[in-house]
Amino acid sequence: METAATRPKKDHAKPAKLGREVQARLGQQLRALYDDVVSQGVPDRFTELLNRLDGSGNKDKR
Amino acid sequence: MAMDESVRKAVLGAVPSLRAFAISLCGNVDRADDLVQETLLRALANIDSFQPGTNMSAWLFTILRNHFRSEYRKRRREVEDSDGHYAESLKTQPEQHGQVELREFRDALAYLPADQREALILVGASGFSYEETANICGCAVGTIKSRVNRARTRLAELLSINSADEFGPDEQTRAVLAGGGE
Repeated sequence: METAATRPKKDHAKPAKLGREVQARLGQQLRALYDDVVSQGVPDRFTELLNRLDGSGNKDKR
Repeated sequence: MAMDESVRKAVLGAVPSLRAFAISLCGNVDRADDLVQETLLRALANIDSFQPGTNMSAWLFTILRNHFRSEYRKRRREVEDSDGHYAESLKTQPEQHGQVELREFRDALAYLPADQREALILVGASGFSYEETANICGCAVGTIKSRVNRARTRLAELLSINSADEFGPDEQTRAVLAGGGE
């Protein structure tokens, strides 16, 4: 198993090439931020908007 | 007009993700919700141009992005609410998490150029392929790949991470990166 100690140290010379762990970590953070909004679901205003646009569907308002 | 049930479902299903993307574009929840609403109005007015069988979500994202680009660009001159202030204007997310790490990440994200941030979010969070993202952004796949790479590199720099166990400020790393040399 490769560890930080056994791995060649070229990572430091090339900041442009990110390791998998770093990419995974960044992806995790990005999704946490994004999913925070996604988990809020569909606010009422959008359901109501579609009901309004749906013309005939006005009777079951809500 | 009577709305097809499958269309209605697909549109509503895309709303949560559209909101998350919109917030990342304009950095303000209220403005983002307006943007989503305008997107839905446009989409439904032009529903005939949607090709059944294709990705409804990608179609809506494209409309949202184009609308944002044309409308918001004008307003940006009036309200200087671009990159630098993006982080401060987002009040809903950070506190409930109570995670310093996530707040730092969000702030770093805010400093990315808009093109890079957009590409990174579409690929890394919205779950679109590079091809789909290229279609949404109206550019080549290679351009998206390069934007995503640059975005990641820049984020890693801003957050001073060289490896996963080094997440967080590290003065030595920061000094090296700031100096730009090896």
